Amino acid sequence: MELIHNLSIGFGVAFTGVNLLYCLVGCILGTLIGVLPGIGPVATIAMLLPATYALPPVSALIMLAGIYYGAQYGGSTTAILVNLPGESSSVVTVIDGYQMARKGRAGPALAAAGLGSFFAGCVGTLILAAFAPPLTELAFKFGPAEYFSLMVLGLIGAVVLASGSLLKAVAMIVLGLLMGLVGTDVNSGVARFSFDIPELTDGIGFVAIAMGVFGYGEIIANLSQPEEDREVFTAKVTGLFPTKEDFRNMLPAVLRGTALGSSLGILPGGGALLAAFAAYTIEKKTKLRPGEVPFGKGNIRGVAAPESANNAGAQTSFIPLLTLGIPPNAVMALMVGAMTIHNIQPGPQVMTSNPELFWGLIASMWLGNAMLVILNLPLIGLWIKLLSVPYRFLFPSIVLFCAIGVYSTNNNTFDIWMVGIFGFVGYAFYKLGCEPAPLLLGFILGPMMEENLRRALLLSRGDWGVFVTRPISAGLLAAALLLLVIVLLPAVKAKRQEAFVED
Amino acid sequence: MKIKSQKGFFSGLMFTVVGVAFAWGATTYNVGTGARMGPGYFPLMLGILMAIIGLAIMFTGLTVQTDDGEPIGKWAWKQVLYILGANLAFGVLLGGLPSFGVPAMGLIIAIYALVIIAAQAGSKHALPSVLGLATVLAVGSYVAFIWALKLQIQVWPTFITG
Repeated sequence: MELIHNLSIGFGVAFTGVNLLYCLVGCILGTLIGVLPGIGPVATIAMLLPATYALPPVSALIMLAGIYYGAQYGGSTTAILVNLPGESSSVVTVIDGYQMARKGRAGPALAAAGLGSFFAGCVGTLILAAFAPPLTELAFKFGPAEYFSLMVLGLIGAVVLASGSLLKAVAMIVLGLLMGLVGTDVNSGVARFSFDIPELTDGIGFVAIAMGVFGYGEIIANLSQPEEDREVFTAKVTGLFPTKEDFRNMLPAVLRGTALGSSLGILPGGGALLAAFAAYTIEKKTKLRPGEVPFGKGNIRGVAAPESANNAGAQTSFIPLLTLGIPPNAVMALMVGAMTIHNIQPGPQVMTSNPELFWGLIASMWLGNAMLVILNLPLIGLWIKLLSVPYRFLFPSIVLFCAIGVYSTNNNTFDIWMVGIFGFVGYAFYKLGCEPAPLLLGFILGPMMEENLRRALLLSRGDWGVFVTRPISAGLLAAALLLLVIVLLPAVKAKRQEAFVED
Repeated sequence: MKIKSQKGFFSGLMFTVVGVAFAWGATTYNVGTGARMGPGYFPLMLGILMAIIGLAIMFTGLTVQTDDGEPIGKWAWKQVLYILGANLAFGVLLGGLPSFGVPAMGLIIAIYALVIIAAQAGSKHALPSVLGLATVLAVGSYVAFIWALKLQIQVWPTFITG
C-alpha cells in the first residue's frame, strides 16, 4: 500500500522531537487565539510568519497548520461559554452551545465539540492523504489555460461564500488582484505602480496587508463599538461527559458534519466557515427525535455537526493548496506566503520534490488533532480562565506584535508605515461593509493569474478561445459560471442572505 | 436623488475611483496585445473591470431599498488616531528617521511608547496598569525576539550603544 508507505514517511518526520514540539506550540497558540474573541488565525499566522524564518520549513508549516485547525477547536469554547464566536467558523455553534451552557450542560457541549472535531479531523486528514496523490497526477496535466480557469473558479467560489454583497466581494477580489500586481513585472522588468519608491518595486508586503487589514483594522473596529458586558461562566464546568442519549444524538450529526465539511473544504473558496453554516442548516432540516430539545434551545446536534464540519473543512482545505498550489481561502493564502519564504513553490511538485514536507505535514495534523483533544477537554479550566483577560490588555499587545512582526520581515521601517496605511484601509473596508478576506486571496493570486493568462495567450497566439476549447479549462469555467448563476437565482439569493443573517 | 444605501454607494465610489486610477496608471506602461502582453495589459483590464463593478455597486446603492439606509455612521477617529499613532511612534523610535536626523531609540523605548499610546484608544487606561503591561511586553519581547529568535533588532538607543 502506497498510502501506508507514504504515511509512514510522514509519521517518521512528524514524530521527531522538534516537530512534535512545534506541532504542540501551534496547537496551543491556535487554541489560545481561538478562545480569545477578536483575534483570528489570519492575523496570528501573519504575525508569526516572520518568526518562522529561523525554523526548518517542515516545522514552520506544521506549526502554522496547527494554528489553523487549533483555532477551530478553541473557537467553540468561547462560543459555548461566552455566547461570542471565538472564531468566525464558530458563529453557528453559539446558537445551541450557549443555550446548553445556560442549562448547566456546558460540559457535554464542550465534549461534543471536542470529540466531534477530533473525529472530523482524523477523517479529514485521511481524505487529504488519500486524495492528494491522484489530484497531483491530474495537476500535472494542467497547462496555463487550466490554471487560469481554476483560479477564476476559486475566486468565484470565494465570492459566492463570502457573506454580504456579491458585487462588493467581486470588487474586493479585483482590488486584491490589482494590489498583487504592484511591483516589478517579471517579464519586462518595469516597476508598476511603485511611485518611484524603491521598497515598492518588490511589491506590497503580504504580511503588511494581512496585519494591517486584519490586525489593526479589526482592533479599531472592535474598539469603536461600545463595550458589551460579557457573561462568563466562571463556575466550574462539571460533568464533562455526555450521556448515552447525547451520544446517540450526536453520532449521526458528527458523521453528517464530517462528510459535508470534508467535501466543502476541498472546493475552492471553501473551508471551515462555509462548512459550519451548511452543516447547521442540514441538521436543522432533519427531523427531531421524540423528546429531543429543539434547535436554538440547546440541542447537542447543533454543536456537534458544525464543529465537526468546520474542523473537517479546515483539514481538507489543504488539498487544493498542496496539490494545485492554489489557496482556497485566506489562511491558505498565508500558507503560500510561508512556503515561499522557505523557497518552496506550492504546487503539484511539492509532493515529489519534498515528500518529507508533504507527508510530514499531513501526519502532523493527525498528531495535532490528538493533542488538541487533550488540550481542550481535560485542560478546559485553563482556557476558561483565559477568557477573563480583558480586551484592554489584549489589543495593545496585538498592535505590538503586528508592529514587531512586520518590521522583522525586512528590518525596514517602511513596512511599519505600510501596515499603518493598511490598518486605516482595513477600517475603511469595515465602515463600508466590505469583507476583506477575498482581497487577500486576490492579492496572492494576482501575479499567478497574470502569468498564466500571459502564457496561455502566448501559446494560443492571442486567441481567447483557448480557455473554452481545452476541455478541463472549459469545464472549470463552466463550473464557475454555474456557481455564479446559482447564487444569482432569486430563490437562492434570498436563502443565502437568510443563511448568513438569520442565525 | 436620495442614497438608499450609504455603505453601498460610497464603497462603489471607492472601487470606481481606485479602478480608474489603476487603469489610467496602466496606460502609462506598454499595454501590448493579447499574444504579447505588456506590463500594462492585465492591470488595464482589471482596472476597467473594477471601475465597472464599482459603478454597478453605486447604482445598487442608489436604487435598492434597504431598511435603515445602511448608514456608514461616525468614524472612530480617536481610535484610528491612537492606534495608528502608536504604530507611527513605534516605527520612528525603533528605526529613527535618518533623513530628518532623528536617532533610533531602540526596541524597549519603542515598546513603552506603543503600549502607552495604543492604550489611550481604549475606554479604561489607568497609567499603572498600562505601564505594567508595557513592562511585561518589553521583557517578553526581549526574551522571545532577541534572545530566543535572535532577530536583528536594535534594543537600546543609539546614544547608549554608540
